[in-house]
Amino acid sequence: MIVRGTDRVIVMGITGKQGTFWTERMRAYGTRIVGGTNPSKAGTMHCSVPVFATARDAMKGAGFDVAVLFIPPLMAKEAAMDAIDAGAKGLVVLTEHIPVHDVMYFVAAARERGVPILGPNTAGAVTPGECFAGFMPAFNERIFRKGSIGVVSRSGSLGTLLCLNIVQAGYGESAFLGIGGDPIIGTTTREALVALDQFPGTEAVVMVGEIGGSMEEEAADYARTMSKPVVAFIAGGAAPAGKKMGHAGAIVMGDKGSYASKRSALESAGVTVLETPSDAGAALKARLKR
Amino acid sequence: MKFEEHAAKPLLARHGIAVPKGALAKTPDEAAAAAAGIGPVVVKAQVPTGKRGKAGGIKLAATPDDARRHAGSIIGMDIAGHKVEKVLIEEQMPIGRELYAAVLNDPESKGPLVVFSTEGGMDVEEVAATAPDKLLRKPVDIRRGFPRADADALVRGQGLGAAESAVADALEKLYAAYAAFDAELLEINPLIVTQDQRVVALDCKFVMDDSAVIRQRDIAGAGTPDRLTGLEARAKRAGLKYIELDGDVGVLANGAGLTMTTMDVVRHHGGRPANFLEIGGESYTQARPALELLLSKPGIKSLVINFCGAFARTDVMTQGVIEAIEALQPKLPIFFSVSGTGEEEAIKLLRERLGVTPLATMDEASKAAVDAAR
Repeated sequence: MIVRGTDRVIVMGITGKQGTFWTERMRAYGTRIVGGTNPSKAGTMHCSVPVFATARDAMKGAGFDVAVLFIPPLMAKEAAMDAIDAGAKGLVVLTEHIPVHDVMYFVAAARERGVPILGPNTAGAVTPGECFAGFMPAFNERIFRKGSIGVVSRSGSLGTLLCLNIVQAGYGESAFLGIGGDPIIGTTTREALVALDQFPGTEAVVMVGEIGGSMEEEAADYARTMSKPVVAFIAGGAAPAGKKMGHAGAIVMGDKGSYASKRSALESAGVTVLETPSDAGAALKARLKR
Repeated sequence: MKFEEHAAKPLLARHGIAVPKGALAKTPDEAAAAAAGIGPVVVKAQVPTGKRGKAGGIKLAATPDDARRHAGSIIGMDIAGHKVEKVLIEEQMPIGRELYAAVLNDPESKGPLVVFSTEGGMDVEEVAATAPDKLLRKPVDIRRGFPRADADALVRGQGLGAAESAVADALEKLYAAYAAFDAELLEINPLIVTQDQRVVALDCKFVMDDSAVIRQRDIAGAGTPDRLTGLEARAKRAGLKYIELDGDVGVLANGAGLTMTTMDVVRHHGGRPANFLEIGGESYTQARPALELLLSKPGIKSLVINFCGAFARTDVMTQGVIEAIEALQPKLPIFFSVSGTGEEEAIKLLRERLGVTPLATMDEASKAAVDAAR
């Protein structure tokens, strides 16, 4: 799901400390914020936009396309269902530690209605020169500049680092999609890869993955069919097996989810796999020949 | 969070799945006493890992004396790094056939997955490898659940004979337990059909979703917390994610992905990371306790601090690190790499307070730390 500058965005949980901080930054960057939610502050204004009790009210009162959720874990399911029922065209769920059964519930509801979800546990999405949704440093010109490289990342901080390397090498990004570090997420690596491949202006994709699960292996099947080059970095090659490395999804069980499995799947699909993020620029130059 | 067999089976029973009669014993005498009240029993090591049978942690005992003897040899045994402290004393069952049943969170279908096989009793990975057609997989829409009709359809035509209906019933109840207890995995292997056509869970593996522990308080106490080292336990109390490793280059970064990558880059340059320690997400203001923790691990020779700010502000993290360094006066060399949200302020702080200039890339900072540790 690529958020565009024309999309009308609401921030659910807008009055909280982080909701406020990032709403101001999103607006300053160009994101079209049209409202927010907080059931106990409905009817007031916050960050210069109206606050509604629910996403349904926001749809009636302001109309919106995308909901960004700054909502605590145990309340996230209800908020996500509210946004989906209201008719949102997309959700960005930033919250970490949402019970997985809750995630599966709202992901199933969203899928039935064809509503894409980024996250949970994502830092959000950036479309340089247009807007961003979440808590990414879109406004930092060393990291995000309008360009032709699509980026998909499970991790916000590592995705940011790769973007820094992309810009340092003289490129820019067409779009950045943070898909989230949880084991079950709304948009998989493969789905994000498809979206970036089809996004006008993308000439190459940088895939930032990590150990655990089989999303990179599934994405490799699609990368094989792409005419645009794909460069990947997979984090966690030095991680011990059987331990959750910070992200709930980053765990190696037996062979499944291992660095070796991902690397060989990607390489056999023609993807350039980086030894370190600092090699991203050189790899893009080699593949794009410019 | 994992639940050992003795803690998981009562949860199945709560949902109406039959389990053998049993009792927990911590000493050989307790084992003998439990066996005396049951009859011929199985003595089963209770550790949060599989492959107990292959390790010699499961023995048949015909008499209370046998139970005492086996418990004596099993208690204290090491199974896959876990010391056995208790055994489950359970009635022997007249096994007719062994089935496999499980419900798990499936990332591929983004929902629950019911897995059933008539080839139970062995490793499910082995069944998947040798007889994949014998492994039935049914993705479930969690909003709808797994009603009896779906269970009937799944087991129909599997040659279960007179037990078919009872097996379907057990599957329906297994799903209900999975849903009620926020399971990540709830597995019965084997699910047996006895010679008199009863369906009984002979073993049970239950992993609860860590994010749901907070709303499962009434049963979470029966689970087995991860074994932590002293420093890992201290980190957990401070709300930090810390994993102790065996190297000598300390690693501090923000965000799980970036922290793993810093470990990778340290290794790429020939060094050995001493730890995983991230202060991303909600803990990005915790730089000071994080650094204190990291420095208290013996044998650390150098440190790489790698911040790339998105949500986490590098100036806030850097401020915390500077305070910790000023307070602790560490002797070891520290190398920084800083970029992203708040970087200008962070770099200024480092120059003014510590007289340090961050290196241009994480590779340079990691390599410098690796060289310094040599």
